[in-house]
Amino acid sequence: MRRSLIGLAFLAGMATTAQAEDTPVLTVYAPDYFTSEWGPGPQIEKGFEAQCGCDLQFVAGDVLSRIMLEGKNTKADVVIGLNTDQTARARKTGLFAPSNEDNSRLTLPIKWTDDTFVPFNWSETAFIYDKTKLKNPPKSFDDLLNAPDDLKIAIQDPRSSVSGLALLLWVKAVYGDKAPEAWAKLKPKVLTVTPGWSESYGLFTDGEVDMVLSYTTSPAYHIIAENDDTKAAAIFPEGHYFMAELVAQLKSSKHPELAQDFMDYVLSDDFQGMIATANWSYPAIIKDGFLPEQFADLPRPAKTIFYSEDEAEALRQPALDEWLAAFR
Amino acid sequence: MARRLPLIALGAALVPVLLVLGPILATALHGGGLTALRGSDLQALWFTLWQAALSALISCALAVPLARALARRRFVGRTVLITALGAPFILPVIAAILGLLAVFGRSGLLNQALGGIGLPTLTIYGPHGVILAHVFFNLPLATRMVLQGWQSIPAERLRLAATLDFDGAAMWRHLERPMLRATLPGAFVAIFLVCLGSFAVALTLGGGPSATTVELAIYQAFRFDYDTGRAASLALVQVALCLMAVGIGAKLSAPAAFGAGLDRPALFAPSTRLAQWADAAIIAASALFLLLPIALILWRGLPALATMPPMVWQAALTSLTIALGSTALTLTLAMTLALHAPRHRWTEGAAMLPLAASGLVLGTGLFLMIQPFAAPTSLLIPVTLVVNATLSLPFVTRLLLPEIHALQADYDRLATSLDMGGMAKMRFLTLPRLARPLGFSAGLACAFSMGDLGVITLFSDGQTRTLPLAIFQLMGSYRLDQAAAAATLLLTLTFGLFALFDRIGHHAGPR
Repeated sequence: MRRSLIGLAFLAGMATTAQAEDTPVLTVYAPDYFTSEWGPGPQIEKGFEAQCGCDLQFVAGDVLSRIMLEGKNTKADVVIGLNTDQTARARKTGLFAPSNEDNSRLTLPIKWTDDTFVPFNWSETAFIYDKTKLKNPPKSFDDLLNAPDDLKIAIQDPRSSVSGLALLLWVKAVYGDKAPEAWAKLKPKVLTVTPGWSESYGLFTDGEVDMVLSYTTSPAYHIIAENDDTKAAAIFPEGHYFMAELVAQLKSSKHPELAQDFMDYVLSDDFQGMIATANWSYPAIIKDGFLPEQFADLPRPAKTIFYSEDEAEALRQPALDEWLAAFR
Repeated sequence: MARRLPLIALGAALVPVLLVLGPILATALHGGGLTALRGSDLQALWFTLWQAALSALISCALAVPLARALARRRFVGRTVLITALGAPFILPVIAAILGLLAVFGRSGLLNQALGGIGLPTLTIYGPHGVILAHVFFNLPLATRMVLQGWQSIPAERLRLAATLDFDGAAMWRHLERPMLRATLPGAFVAIFLVCLGSFAVALTLGGGPSATTVELAIYQAFRFDYDTGRAASLALVQVALCLMAVGIGAKLSAPAAFGAGLDRPALFAPSTRLAQWADAAIIAASALFLLLPIALILWRGLPALATMPPMVWQAALTSLTIALGSTALTLTLAMTLALHAPRHRWTEGAAMLPLAASGLVLGTGLFLMIQPFAAPTSLLIPVTLVVNATLSLPFVTRLLLPEIHALQADYDRLATSLDMGGMAKMRFLTLPRLARPLGFSAGLACAFSMGDLGVITLFSDGQTRTLPLAIFQLMGSYRLDQAAAAATLLLTLTFGLFALFDRIGHHAGPR
């Protein structure tokens, strides 16, 4: 009984990794959400395979951890879905090759000069609220800090979450040396801190908190996919912190030309035109028709904040210490 | 009997030992050796210890009256209720948190009721919330362990007690206290160790970083500080705590030694009206506490059940396959270890070790260990199966141990005098007498494997996914309604399997 079950399990595992023999295989590491039916993975695979004469295979999971554990032996040709806070660590591995892409084509709200990691979509951190429940949302970060303490928000832990770390840098950028005071004011409004974004967002949609730390593009999902225009991002004049997802190719790739083709494909009209609704964020290159109307109508912050890799790296630990001190 | 080293037990013990210590070693080597802990790690250690101890203490304290009430009373739907009360233990963590918040949260039922009658509202966020959630998760486990103890008191002893007109104090002294002495230390240790590894529950309901546990410190070491050496050090601390707790538990527990009975139905002396009402109140309050959050999760998930993408059903099938395989493996390992435990104490320590395993270190270490030999993604299913089996090993062994102690004390001499051994003893004596705990254990192991996110995020190939991973992916892409529906499916399937095995054990048991 047991043996046959394990055999069955093996078969199930083998079947999914079976592949055609002649066509070259391009292996792309991507985050978990990428390869699900509603993620951008299937569309990307279809689009790229139509032009490359190859077999694109995604391997989904914790991308950077996997690359770092595998080191030089990695099977990956390309890595997609790294975050802006991971570039320093990724660069230090020395595993990545130059992108050979022309950054001047990008239409980001910040200047992008990286020659290795190429952003393919972006957004900014923001607090999301329900318009029907919160009639007078904070108009600025100061407003949020000075709001009555019964306004409850959920944030993410910077030690375990990308968006939580972005909030640390956001507060540091807006308040600088006054960051500890800002945290002290924010603390009574923080109902709870969750390990990741999903738990926080679940608390928000279940009505447990009034506002949640998420992204300026979050309302787009509700408006377009759910026909629900009650969710909105509170836009602050102090600025919002920029976050992008990145793609890069590996030096060790067995198919460097295919890898480069894929990098080019990521910035092609085909890819950039579909990423908005596939990943619920802004494409790295915006042209006419790339954004659905409701998406284009989302309110935009006047100012976008972003620390360079080195600045962010230097600020990370002191900012975390301030945060921990305020919340203890 | 000669005290030879039983090779088969040694082999079985190697599985959990290698699976827990191997990854720690691999992680430490990858980081270039162990790294010293920091002040913040020690704070995390302190919080982890006291919340785990308090959670285990309260769970055990509440389990005693609940198990006693369930053992003494007969009512319609009793067996169904006993099975249903096991449900919280098998919930996926994130679903459980949202279920608890639907009752105890800021806009939950409790606060709506309080607000409705003009009372001030309560907040669940803080250390008390963490403990409440841990009691919610673990009270079912403690209750079942203690209830099993009550059911193992032979009916003859209860009849004798009734004949001698025992009052409450005498019942306590001669029957209940020895029985609890045999079961409670084990239950306490098991729950203490479960709470030691808490991560999402502690942080979310703890309300902030003051509720940092060792597991979160490990996460920080990996993700924020990129210091795998420190992660390995923290994992070793958890192993040390585990071994100490198991050692203390073993010292405190003593076999009840009631002797064998004739398996007649238990008969409790008639009790006062007051005691009857008290038992009814205890059962009703516990059922409400344990089942209401689950009912709310199901309620929330049902509407979207039809809109679930096909991938969710596929994931359900994968999860079922893994769960059944890992259950078979767990039972084999646990039986081997537990049957040898009375004569070789170390097998018990080996079986409990996986409770101390950090999920993150386990996954990372295994990845590092497998990677030189094979592509880890190609081993996704076997690895998940073995890891899940090992992680439920402590619970299953813990459930079997007191029963095996009693079995060997009561029947081994008879079996030896009949020259009964090997397969015959297993078939006619051991398996039938252990049918009940085995059925419950199988249900638990199966449920555990179904609900565990395990090591899959590092081994995932992008196509094969388990049900918990599918829920995780749905939540990560805003599809919270579908995630709730998938959680309902997970809960239904898991509970179905759990109930099935539990009933099989119940029917196969001699009593």
